[in-house]
Amino acid sequence: MAASAASAGTMVHMQGLHKWYGQLHVLNDINMDVARGERVVICGPSGSGKSTLIRCINRLEEHQQGRLTVDGVELTNDLKNIDAVRREVGMVFQHFNLFPHLTVLENCTLSPIWVRGRPRRDAEELAMQYLERVRIPEQAGKYPGQLSGGQQQRVAIARSLCMQPNIMLFDEPTSALDPETISEVLDVMIDLAESGMTMLCVTHEMGFARQVANRVVFMDAGEIIEASPPEMFFNHPQSERTRLFLSQILSH
Amino acid sequence: MAAAPAPPRLGAVAWLRANLFSNWSNTVLTLLGLFLLVRALPPLFDWGVAHAVWGAADPDVCKAASGACWAMIHEKYRLILFGRYPYAEQWRPLLGLVLLVVMIGLSCNRNAWGLRLAEAWGAALAAWLLLMWGGVAGLTFVPNNLWGGLPLTLILTVIGLAIAFPLSIFLALGRRSRMPVIRILCRVYIELIRGVPLISLLFMASFMLPLFLPTGVSIDEVLRAQVAIILFSAAYLAEAVRGGLQAIPKGQHEAAHALGLSYWQAQRKIILPQAIAVAIPAIVNIFIGLFKDTSLVAIVSLTDLLLAMRQAIADPQWRRFFVEGYVFIALIYFVVCFFMSKYSQYLETQFRSGQQR
Repeated sequence: MAASAASAGTMVHMQGLHKWYGQLHVLNDINMDVARGERVVICGPSGSGKSTLIRCINRLEEHQQGRLTVDGVELTNDLKNIDAVRREVGMVFQHFNLFPHLTVLENCTLSPIWVRGRPRRDAEELAMQYLERVRIPEQAGKYPGQLSGGQQQRVAIARSLCMQPNIMLFDEPTSALDPETISEVLDVMIDLAESGMTMLCVTHEMGFARQVANRVVFMDAGEIIEASPPEMFFNHPQSERTRLFLSQILSH
Repeated sequence: MAAAPAPPRLGAVAWLRANLFSNWSNTVLTLLGLFLLVRALPPLFDWGVAHAVWGAADPDVCKAASGACWAMIHEKYRLILFGRYPYAEQWRPLLGLVLLVVMIGLSCNRNAWGLRLAEAWGAALAAWLLLMWGGVAGLTFVPNNLWGGLPLTLILTVIGLAIAFPLSIFLALGRRSRMPVIRILCRVYIELIRGVPLISLLFMASFMLPLFLPTGVSIDEVLRAQVAIILFSAAYLAEAVRGGLQAIPKGQHEAAHALGLSYWQAQRKIILPQAIAVAIPAIVNIFIGLFKDTSLVAIVSLTDLLLAMRQAIADPQWRRFFVEGYVFIALIYFVVCFFMSKYSQYLETQFRSGQQR
């Protein structure tokens, strides 16, 4: 394992990250550090590479150049390292990606049982704890298809938390939801942020960004254009492109 | 036929109007169908029931009658069902048949699926072979070129499915593998096998394979046919399973990986259960086909149900009543296939209710 960069408090370290899809340069020289307990919101127009960026962190996408270290483990083609990182990094997807053939409880206990080797009863207790935390313990016996979008997304969050990750990644967690259910998911995320979880969220929920982010990162065309605390980001954006983006999404 | 949806009505007249006489073309088809039934049913009834000869009877009685000669079945049913298995020992294949049917019945219960059932099947198959072969415990030895009839057909199917199905899952996964060597090997296998008829595989297994083996080494005839059947159906099943795999959204793989599941854990716990549920109709289709295709082993002179029947009617006295023989085994084939088809429908609703309820 290569010497991990930066201080021990660094959870994610990205240095000169590049990625291409054929000719398309989707990540262009990304340099970013995320400290333990830090909450980073990443925004930007569609196709700006923000989802690709966080999907690199648990290796759902591969970076092609540069270095990416997660909690001291460098991501290379070494499968052992990839598994180690995935065990400690939780991810919430835009379309929930719950397992439709398993009940809510089984969705939550599957990975603790099979990956962590927890006894079933132990895993179920833990799952119920987290289901309570996302406020749907009463749905434990149901199948995902019987739940609303907001409920499903909360189950997905609980499922990730059951692995007791050090970092949580959110890939547009509210984009596929009906407007009236967005807040129930955001409430759970705010709650999680307040508990000190390290979070990277790709989202367009600027209210959420203002409320919980330590840093807002704006990406466009595969580059980080601007990264600053929300106060600064929303009130005094430095770049013209940021201003344009903000005016577009805040105008309605 | 884009009629406006009528409000649901009860009653036979309403049902008739909705289903049989909803417009003029349906009405014509219904009347035509009725006409054909009226023409075909009474003669069929006369032949099969009214004027038929039932129970034990002389071939001459049959000759005199204008209907079917079920006496032929009465006379020959043991030969048809058990082939050339020694007459005095035919309680053994009968017992074996019962054993297989009981095991199949037990396996239909979804809650019973698991390691226990697999072990029970292992024990049952061992018992079955022992029973059929004999040579121990006072049972006379019966070489397996004398096995025949329904037990042979069923065992070729059961063992064929039991081995071909798991094999096909590996083939299907292999065909989608990221590793080029595995992907190409699986693909070549599937395409090669699908490119030849089962008959030629059976021929190769039975006549060409021995040419390649050193002298003195011989592989059992039934085993050779069994292997050919397994290799053949695995290729088809693999494509059915692959169809199921393709129906599973990418997000399921991603979620499984993001949770730290390994490739095999993800396949076993997440992907395959969903993929196979999707592929059930296609899989059962192949199961049914396989059951009927076992009749092709007759060309390598194994006496399956069909050949046993043909041997039974080789008797000059009864030769003219071959239609009855074919009707008899057609019924057996139909019952088994119908059962499989109904069971697959049951499984489909089970899986569906599991997901939505």
